[in-house]
Amino acid sequence: MKKKWLSIPYGIWAIMFTIVPLLLIAIYSFCSRSAYGQIVYKFTLDNYVKFMEPIYINVLITSLMLALKSTIICFLLGYPMAYILSRSDIKKRNLMMLLFVLPLWTNTLLRTYAWMGILREQGVINQVLMFLNIIDTPLKLLYTDKAVLLGMVYNFLPFMVLPIYSVLSKIEYNLIEASSDLGATSFHTFRKVILPLSLPGVVSGITMVFMPCVSTFVISDLLGGGQSILLGNLIQNQFLVARNWQFGSAISMIMMVIIIVSMKILGNKDREEGGKLW
Amino acid sequence: MVKDILKKSYSFLIYLFLYLPILLLILYSFNDSKYRGNWNGFTLRWYKELFNDTSIMTSLYYTFIIAALASIIATIIGTVTAFAINKMKPKSKTTFLNITYIPVVNPDIVIGVSLLALFTWLKMTLGLTTILIAHITFTIPYVVLSVLPKLRQLNPHLEEAALDLGASPLYAFFKVILPEIMPGIVTGALFAFTLSLDDFIVSFFTTGSGISTLSIKIYSMTKRGVSPKINALSTLMFLGVLILLLLIEKRTKKSK
Repeated sequence: MKKKWLSIPYGIWAIMFTIVPLLLIAIYSFCSRSAYGQIVYKFTLDNYVKFMEPIYINVLITSLMLALKSTIICFLLGYPMAYILSRSDIKKRNLMMLLFVLPLWTNTLLRTYAWMGILREQGVINQVLMFLNIIDTPLKLLYTDKAVLLGMVYNFLPFMVLPIYSVLSKIEYNLIEASSDLGATSFHTFRKVILPLSLPGVVSGITMVFMPCVSTFVISDLLGGGQSILLGNLIQNQFLVARNWQFGSAISMIMMVIIIVSMKILGNKDREEGGKLW
Repeated sequence: MVKDILKKSYSFLIYLFLYLPILLLILYSFNDSKYRGNWNGFTLRWYKELFNDTSIMTSLYYTFIIAALASIIATIIGTVTAFAINKMKPKSKTTFLNITYIPVVNPDIVIGVSLLALFTWLKMTLGLTTILIAHITFTIPYVVLSVLPKLRQLNPHLEEAALDLGASPLYAFFKVILPEIMPGIVTGALFAFTLSLDDFIVSFFTTGSGISTLSIKIYSMTKRGVSPKINALSTLMFLGVLILLLLIEKRTKKSK
């Protein structure tokens, strides 16, 4: 039974709504502007040259650094958690996993907004610290780069834990027993057996955290409050406020290149699908 | 023993980190004050007012309508596509899968602005149709990727056996193949539904005047302070999901 024609609907859909839009962005990024900011179909590299100005290069560096930091923190916090989850006994494990994914099903924006309430000058953290007389004047926590970092770690930590957990829970227990039978210490077993076997999960965890961090504009907007401008904020600003679509397109192209390059660096290993949520 | 205590306290801290904002959200939905940060006693007022707030209710309605329609359409197209991909020759399979992967690896914001560029170029009015198209576009891949593994595990002789026993191809499909791959389809549909429900960025760029989903509504409030009515609504939704998940949990335990 030939089922070739079944690919036609999505083929057309993908060309219309995935490929053509990206081509448009690519074309716009090389277009000039008229005096009124209209798109003129005349080839120019101005938009990319503009990005080389120190202000924008700084935004690029800040975005990459923040994404890198939050990926590292997510890995350091997430790996032990994934390990604990994968080693918990079957009866408890389902409930623990359920509790772990439940926050993902509450509105992301609201959860980020809730952190604003925790970090504010009259927020929970400052009130507790003042009550305990540790500080006399409230600390400035909100609208800082650290707040943005916290928001990123908070939002994307589960995406680090889930793929690592799913790989760890598939590791044969015999391997670990064999390793300790052969005289390895538990640290050795971890380094020589568990860690290498869990690498595919780590790789997909890193991708699933790093990518949204590089492109977010919501977290930086809410918790950074205009203090920290990231690539995502720039794109949003160029498209909706400054109305410079050509420049916005150029930044989008640069962002896509960053993501493609970072995925190539990580190696296109078979990423664990996130279908383990159920 | 020490190890056990360490493990327990570590996971407790991680759970605390995950749930602290959610607990505060729930707490403030019972707070008898318009402003966060000061506790003025317990009230159910926000729950009552929530149902009379037409603007929140409208955005809730749109959120669910879009999620339902997008996930149904995406599930149909995605399942059909998975069948096609499964039967392809290696070369065209790779090409098709790579195209399918684009919305998965492409950042939300790029999906959003590129669709905005397309809709503007086509002179389409931004509104319900454009949001819906956008949501279907970024959810189809997840359906395809959920159904494909199930098709790979499918025993090719099952269909032949059904046909040998006199079933028409259609009957064989509905009675034999579909039940086999149903778990994958359900997972894909759930995936699509939850992604659509929670999406903000793509909706934000592809919405027009008058159509706002819950996320867009919340975003517009964050600048001025989110009304406790929204907290009440999220508390209800949170409880809904919790009960739903516990029910699924119970059912799977029984079937085991």
